[in-house]
Amino acid sequence: MTVLTFTLIMILGAFLAGFIGSLSGLGGGIIIIPLLTIILGVDIHYAIGAALVSVIATSSGSAAAYVKEGITNMRLGIFLEIATTIGAVCGALLSTIAPTSFIAVLFGLTLIFSAINSLRKKEEHIVLESSPLAKKLRLQGTYPTHDGQVVSYGTKNVIGGFSMMGIAGMMSGLLGIGSGAFKVIAMDNIMRIPFKVSTTTSNFMMGVTAMASSVIYIQKGYIEPGICMPVVIGVLFGAMAGAKVLVRTNPKKLRIFFACLIFVLAINMIYNGINGKI
Amino acid sequence: MEKSKVMQHEKFGEKDFQTIVGNLLRYGVWISLSVAFIGGIVYLMHHGNDIEDYSVFKENDLNIFEVIGTVYKGVIQGSGEYLIFFGIILLFLTPVFRVLLSLFSFLLEKDYLYVTITLIVILIIITSISFGFSH
Repeated sequence: MTVLTFTLIMILGAFLAGFIGSLSGLGGGIIIIPLLTIILGVDIHYAIGAALVSVIATSSGSAAAYVKEGITNMRLGIFLEIATTIGAVCGALLSTIAPTSFIAVLFGLTLIFSAINSLRKKEEHIVLESSPLAKKLRLQGTYPTHDGQVVSYGTKNVIGGFSMMGIAGMMSGLLGIGSGAFKVIAMDNIMRIPFKVSTTTSNFMMGVTAMASSVIYIQKGYIEPGICMPVVIGVLFGAMAGAKVLVRTNPKKLRIFFACLIFVLAINMIYNGINGKI
Repeated sequence: MEKSKVMQHEKFGEKDFQTIVGNLLRYGVWISLSVAFIGGIVYLMHHGNDIEDYSVFKENDLNIFEVIGTVYKGVIQGSGEYLIFFGIILLFLTPVFRVLLSLFSFLLEKDYLYVTITLIVILIIITSISFGFSH
């Protein structure tokens, strides 16, 4: 395959990955990896590098809007970045020594976990009283609603959320993904932060988390310009198109469809990983 | 009275800060991707008909400064591949600038707890760079 053909196929594939990632709420990075490895036969290390680059681009792009609207809790984000960056550095170092088959199987399992998580019903819960540690760290905040009201919320179980964020960071460094599913568990389920704030803050943190592992990726040669360029451009525009469609459609049926699709990809990944074909 | 004044001042600062961070992230992404895109076109013009094999991973052991040095030389020579790499490095720098900006903003607010927290994050990132030297 010539570079030109490869690039064109990849732009198309990455566009699709970004589109599906945005509609399913899983993110483009997690879909581009099986696409590159299973369908195009790219080595998983290059796939991880390219995915990480696209994660930084899409998360910074969408975080920009939310930060301006004042939904993102920047204090919370920066505090939790201690955990995610430590985790990311550990994960990236681990990925340089872990066998490829291990990475492929772990990736497949993460994919299944994220797909199931995307189907879970999200209920809004707002706690008003913060825990003493959360108060000390000033993690409580407010966010504006569509009709111009301001909602205040508190934060609970800081240590539990912080630990879970460390795991999220490690998965991000190990697999080159944004690991949004883990971050949402840390913030939604453990720290009881409102859904709107947790998703936007998770987006806000992704850039720095990915940055911490990207330095190691660059040094180890995971970043291959010929792969990264079409992937980043494809994923970014795919995600933008997905966000436009999302406003007009009900994503529930789409989510079930994509979750099934991702499940198939995940099984494929695990199977190939066990057989040493990746 | 004085307290409310201080509060108001802080609120104003926070909103300003949000706008600056938002703009930084947005323009950072667009600038770096434009550079990568131009690099991509140059790369395809020169290497479009080459055959590349990405199925085997070639591990590198360069430290980040060596990488930056090579990229710099490559960009000067007008290599498309290194221009893409330069765009990617700019993209990676966007969140770094964001962290530095937060550090500055917390310093202005005299919020020393968060100055410390931001410094810890910066320290971790610096540590991750140093891992490139240990091999």
